[in-house]
Amino acid sequence: MSQENQSAAMENAVGNKLPTSGQQVGTIIKYEMRNYFRSRRFFILLAIDLIIGALLTFVVAYKGIASIATNPITGAIQALPFYSTWWGFSAVILVFFSAVFFGGDAISGEFQNKTGYFLVSNPIRRSSIYVGKWIAALVASLIIIGIFTAITIANASYYFGITGGMPWQFQESFIFTLVYLIAALGFTFFFSSLFKSSAMSILITAILLLFGFMLIDELVTALLNIEPWFSLAYGSGIVSNVLMSTYPAHLSTVPEHFGKRTISITSYAATIPEGLAIMLGYFIVTAILGLVLFERKEFN
Amino acid sequence: MPSIEAVDLSKKYGSFQALSNINLKIEGAKCVGFLGPNGAGKTTTLKIFTDMILASSGRALINGVSVHEEKRKALNHCGALIESPEIYPSFTPREALSMVAEIKGVPSSETKKRIEDTLAEVKMEEWIDKKVGKFSKGMKQRVNIAAALLSEPEIVLLDEPTTGLDPRGMSEVRDIVKSLKKHNRLIFMSSHLLPEVSDVCDEVAMIDHGKLLVYDTIGNVTAKFGGDGGGAQTVEVGFSGPVDDAMISGKIATLAGVVATDRVDPRNVRIKFSGGLAVQERLLIDLASLRIGVVSYRPSTSALEETYLNLIKDTL
Repeated sequence: MSQENQSAAMENAVGNKLPTSGQQVGTIIKYEMRNYFRSRRFFILLAIDLIIGALLTFVVAYKGIASIATNPITGAIQALPFYSTWWGFSAVILVFFSAVFFGGDAISGEFQNKTGYFLVSNPIRRSSIYVGKWIAALVASLIIIGIFTAITIANASYYFGITGGMPWQFQESFIFTLVYLIAALGFTFFFSSLFKSSAMSILITAILLLFGFMLIDELVTALLNIEPWFSLAYGSGIVSNVLMSTYPAHLSTVPEHFGKRTISITSYAATIPEGLAIMLGYFIVTAILGLVLFERKEFN
Repeated sequence: MPSIEAVDLSKKYGSFQALSNINLKIEGAKCVGFLGPNGAGKTTTLKIFTDMILASSGRALINGVSVHEEKRKALNHCGALIESPEIYPSFTPREALSMVAEIKGVPSSETKKRIEDTLAEVKMEEWIDKKVGKFSKGMKQRVNIAAALLSEPEIVLLDEPTTGLDPRGMSEVRDIVKSLKKHNRLIFMSSHLLPEVSDVCDEVAMIDHGKLLVYDTIGNVTAKFGGDGGGAQTVEVGFSGPVDDAMISGKIATLAGVVATDRVDPRNVRIKFSGGLAVQERLLIDLASLRIGVVSYRPSTSALEETYLNLIKDTL
C-alpha cells in the first residue's frame, strides 16, 4: 500500500487523522509530565533536591570554603576539590532518587493501578507508551538534577568567580551523570516492566541501585579478584573519579595488616571509556529487554 | 461496512484453556450482546481484540486488519471500554479525554466541543474540570464510556459497561448504547445482564468454557434453543392502557401461532407462540390490527434467559 493510501486509511469518516507514532510519543510525554507536576513524589524529590543543596550551602558557608576545596596535594584552595566534594557524591544520590521515584513503578503502576487499561486499548503502540513514559521520566529527572547543578554552579561562582571557577572535569562529570541517569532509568524501567506490583519493582530497584551493586562489586573483587565490569555502580564510579586531582589507577593493590598477617586488597576503578561503555551497555540492554517485556505483558 | 472477526481464536493460561477455537464474524451496523457466565471467556476475547492480551493462536481482525499485527490501523476506527480502567487521579475528565483525543487524532478544532458533548452524553458535564481522583466508581465508568465514544468510532467494544453504575446510570448507559445504534455503528457488548442485552441488542453471541455456543439474532436463538425446547418463543407486548382479561383470552390467545398468554401487569402481556420469525412478524401485524393500543413488542427477557440457561446447562 502506498504511503498516501496508508494515510487515507488512517483518516476516518469523522475527520480523525491518526497521528504518527512519534506524535503519540509526544502526547504521552506531555500528559505524563502533567501528571508528574501534580504528583507528591515530584515535590518530595524537589524538596530533597533543595534540602541537599541548602545543607551543602550552609555547611560550606559555616565551615569555610577551605574545608571542602583544599587540594590534598598542594594545599591550595581550588574549584576541582570543591566540585569533587559537592558534586561527586550528591549527583549519584540524586540520580538514584530520580530513577527510583520516576522509573521505579512507571510501568508496573500501569498494571497495578489499572491506568494502563485506559491507554493500551487505544490505537497506539505499546512501544510509544513506553518511550513516552521513559522520556517524561528523563525530563522530570533532568529538572531535579538541573536545579541541583544550578545550586552547585551558583556556589562555585560565589567562591571562585564566574569566569575561572568551572574545571573541565566538572563538565565531564556532569555529562557522565547524565549518562548514568539514562542507564539508571533504563534499569528501573526494565524492573518496572518485569513486575506488576509497584512496591516490588520500586523495592528491587532501590535495593540494587543503593547497595546491591556495591555489595556485589566488593565481594567479587575481594573474593574472586575479578574486575566488576558487569556492575552499573562500578561504571558510574567515573562520575566522581573524574573529579579527583589524580584519576584513580585502574587496578591498585594495597597491603592490609590483620594482626600478624598481611593481605593484599585489590581494588578496581573503571576507566572513563570503560565506565561509559558499562553505563551505555546497561541502558541499551535494559531498554530493549524492558520494551520487549512490556510488549508481551498481558493486562489480566 | 464495520466488522470484527475472530478466526480460530484460542487462549491458554498454562493448562487452562480460556478460549478454544472461537470463530465469529460480525458485520454491519448492529448491536451484538456477548453473553456467558463468569470465566466463560468474554473479557478474554475483548482483551485480545484490543491488544491487551495476546492470543495463543488464531487471529482477531477489526475491519479485516489484524489487531496484533497492525494495532494502530485496526483500532483506529474502534472505541473500547474493557473492565473498569482507572484514570490518573490528578487529571480532570477534560484532560483525560484530551489525551485520548490527541492519541486518536481528533481534529484540535473539534476537540473541545467533542469532549463537552461526549461528557454531556454520559451526564458528566458538571464534573468536567474536577479531579478524577475524587470520583466514585460509577462516575469514573461514565468518563471511561465517554473516552470510548469520543472519536465517534464505527466499532464500539464494551466489556460490561454498566459495571459500577447505579440503576439510573445503567439505564442511561443503555440509552447511550441504543443511541449509538442510530449512527450506523457496530457495537459488541459483553454483559451478564440478560435484560440489558435483550433491551439493547439485535443479536447475541453466547460463550461458555471458552467455546462459542451460538451467534444469531435474539429471535432465532430463543426460537431454536429457548423455552420448552420445542421451539416456542415469548414476546412481551406493552399497551397504552390496561387490557382486560376478555381481550387477552378472547382475542389475543386465539391469534395464529399463540400457545399461551400471561398477564405481567395491566399494561403488559407475555405471549408465547411457536413458528419462528414468520409467526412473530404475523403476530405483530395481527396485534396491531386489533387496535388495542400496542406500544411495544419485543422478545421476552425471560425467553432469552431460558435460552441462556438451556445452552449453558448443556455445556456443564
